[in-house]
Amino acid sequence: MKILLQSMKTPLITFLVLLGIGLFIDIGVNAYIQLILIYILINMILAMSLNLVNGYTGQFSLGHAGFMATGAYTSAYLSTLIPVPAGGLQIFSFLLFAVCGGTMAALAGLVVGLPSLRLKGDYLAIVTLGFGEIIRVVLLNTSAVGGARGMYGISGPTDWTLGEWTVSKFVTGYSHAIFWVLVCFFTLWRLIRSSHGRAFLSVREDEVAAESMGVNTTQTKVRAFVLSSFFAGVAGSIFAHYANYLNPSSFSFMRSVDAVIMVVLGGMGSLTGSIVAAMFITIVPEALRPLQEILGVDIRMVIYSLSLVLLMILRPKGLFGTTEITDIIQWLKRKMSPGASR
Amino acid sequence: MNLLDVQSITMQFGGLKAVDQLSFQIGQGELIGLIGPNGAGKTTVFNMLTGVYQPTQGDVLFDGKSLIGLKPFQISALGMTRTFQNIRLFKELSVLDNVMVAGSRDISYGFFSSVLKTAKYLREEKELREKSLNLLSIFGLDKHATDEAGSLPYGQQRRLEIIRALATNPKLICLDEPAAGMNHNETHRLMETIAKIRQDFKLTVLLIEHDMKLVMGICERIVVLDHGCKIEEGPPVQIQSSAKVIEAYLGTDEDLQGGH
Amino acid sequence: MEDFFQHVINGVSLGSIYALIALGYTMVYGILQLINFAHSDVYMVGAFAAYYSAQFLGISEAPGISTLVILLASAMIGCSLLGLMIERFAYRPLRKAPKLNILITAIGVSLFLEYTAQVIFGADPKVFPTVLKDSVIVELGGVQIKSLDVAVLAITLLMMLALNFLIYRTKIGKAMRAVSTNVVVASLMGVNTDRIIAFTFIVGSSLAGVGSVLVGMKYPKIDPLMGMMIGLKAFVAAVLGGIGSIGGAVLGAMIMGLSEEMVVGYLSSTYRDALAFGILIVILIFRPSGLLGKNTVEKV
Repeated sequence: MKILLQSMKTPLITFLVLLGIGLFIDIGVNAYIQLILIYILINMILAMSLNLVNGYTGQFSLGHAGFMATGAYTSAYLSTLIPVPAGGLQIFSFLLFAVCGGTMAALAGLVVGLPSLRLKGDYLAIVTLGFGEIIRVVLLNTSAVGGARGMYGISGPTDWTLGEWTVSKFVTGYSHAIFWVLVCFFTLWRLIRSSHGRAFLSVREDEVAAESMGVNTTQTKVRAFVLSSFFAGVAGSIFAHYANYLNPSSFSFMRSVDAVIMVVLGGMGSLTGSIVAAMFITIVPEALRPLQEILGVDIRMVIYSLSLVLLMILRPKGLFGTTEITDIIQWLKRKMSPGASR
Repeated sequence: MNLLDVQSITMQFGGLKAVDQLSFQIGQGELIGLIGPNGAGKTTVFNMLTGVYQPTQGDVLFDGKSLIGLKPFQISALGMTRTFQNIRLFKELSVLDNVMVAGSRDISYGFFSSVLKTAKYLREEKELREKSLNLLSIFGLDKHATDEAGSLPYGQQRRLEIIRALATNPKLICLDEPAAGMNHNETHRLMETIAKIRQDFKLTVLLIEHDMKLVMGICERIVVLDHGCKIEEGPPVQIQSSAKVIEAYLGTDEDLQGGH
Repeated sequence: MEDFFQHVINGVSLGSIYALIALGYTMVYGILQLINFAHSDVYMVGAFAAYYSAQFLGISEAPGISTLVILLASAMIGCSLLGLMIERFAYRPLRKAPKLNILITAIGVSLFLEYTAQVIFGADPKVFPTVLKDSVIVELGGVQIKSLDVAVLAITLLMMLALNFLIYRTKIGKAMRAVSTNVVVASLMGVNTDRIIAFTFIVGSSLAGVGSVLVGMKYPKIDPLMGMMIGLKAFVAAVLGGIGSIGGAVLGAMIMGLSEEMVVGYLSSTYRDALAFGILIVILIFRPSGLLGKNTVEKV
């Protein structure tokens, strides 16, 4: 029990610190920026989870949007069956929806992963792309979730009171989102540093050798895929309830590409890299909006795609490669400390 | 009982029989050499034994159990392990992690244990880490534990492959040309190492090697392959004087003259 | 029954168009082992090249053989130049990079072309010039054979014959086959591989250019995103036939065209796009090397 508390210390402190920052954001900035912030958190989960498959396990999935959609729609549909209570209890129902959405996405990941993970490289990429598109087409044709019109009025966080305090819609949604960002981050971070995680890495490095050294590579790949899909589904659930609106077109091939780009930009095999990249990729298009007013045309996506090509040519390992920000901090510490100069 | 019993295995690639009706046995604790000219099918034999390829015909019994249909990781779990001719380390992982990957069967903690860092997780990780460092230190690689495996010099990479194989707790280790690319001194040290690990770990060893000096020096019995067929089997003295073996090698390979 | 034959005719016509585009995928894959995602956008640019040439020459409303030839030529030239540039500036610097990077680059180039086209050409669909008058040539018991379908088929056949001649009867074709068998050995034998790869892009891209004019002829609306779906389907056709195999690409394309037409005819058109991926997934899982592809064993 003591060890367990010890191990939860860092995640808990991080959560409280981020929550504190959230309270400032709640007062300090407008709803538009708050929305962008939630999107950043969602993208962080997407990028980190995809990094597990594409970065750490060395597979190439191009269907992340499909799993996000599965989670989003499951969660949204569930909220039509189970009404969200008012007050502080709403947090629990959103947590429940996220877990269910994630589980459904994980199941979808299992169904997709089992047959397709035998394939390698671009074949795997194209098959996952295909599955992602199929999920979207199915949603497009399911009238229970609105079909092509989309799904409106999905219940989301609302303001509620805690004693004399009013907890705003944003703070509720934000705390839910950072909760999952931290769950995702610490789960993956610790998993990678365990025997299970070393199995992922060994599959990336050399599948034949890994298999000969006792690693069940098929199972390892499927596990990575299922876990990654779970978090994609959670991200979808958060998205559904904060946006209050879903449409199959939000989960097109482009969203999968976005997720891949975040992983690659941050560095395949760097969780902190994914976090930074998620911020960057979400903020830059918003920051470039004024450019559209000056030029009269929207060239943001042109810049975006061109930078992707340049990134691949000039910095193929992404910004961070496989290093984490903490590695850099440690390296700096060592450099700064007086004994290091010998 | 024999530890390994290979019963007339055949491997056919399209129209080519890479290995044809090969049979041999290895007893507990033996050190056997598998030699033959280039392209004789030695590595194919290893691939069949360790489950990378499935033999087209025949059976392989290890410790009395048939290996046919098993995957490499299952065969590894039974206690047979290998190294690779063209070094296949996990290049971007640290030297220590390379060894720890192979020790995964010592681990019984689950997914949630590793995420929650339970006592079990901490204990088993610590034990595996110590065991792996210990293995590394036997081969003098412990000071490189945190280096990237791919950055090691060639000879050390070969040694790391052997250490990694040992971390799977094997009964039988198959070494695929461990001395390839080594100079005289390195080969000599390798011979000593092989003899030592065999003693210390009570191992049975199956060795593919081109370096005749190494093979003749340490093997108790040698199986000679040519064009996928066994042409001779016996102790080194017998092999050295066998007309069939000399014929197989002469003109095709200069190994008998002590090439490289 | 009449319906069925009508669907067959439409399916073959659609299949020939897929084939022209699929060939570009398969040839590039054969040589570089790269899924050239940008190929579908090269095709799109071909359609716009033809559109703007017709505008420039004032032949938008002048159907006839000469218009057809001019539009084909301009699309082919436009596509070849673009294909060449993509190869030179995006793929060549990455020749030795990990496959994943090249694949992402391909996606990046594809997005770049799509969005740039939206900026330059505008996102709204444009009406493709009338290339040929669509008239019924033969009518057999309710089954109509139209001039457009005949033209599509004839042009496709012509292109296939030309390609076949190029690959199997010319020196440069021999070099292309050598490079696709083994790049390193081919270069040791004195083949200038960079030039051959560039040439392959030219050939593949100009076939896509032909495809774009044929599509414009049949479905005269063009827009910057027109390549996405058809490109994916052509790619699926190439994989279905066995990627890297030229005959396979044609076979796969015909199967794709026919089955899609049947799904639309007898089931529902909403699932037509899912069909392509369904076929793709089934083929990759059960026979990853495709119908006419070769199985390879990984060397250990």
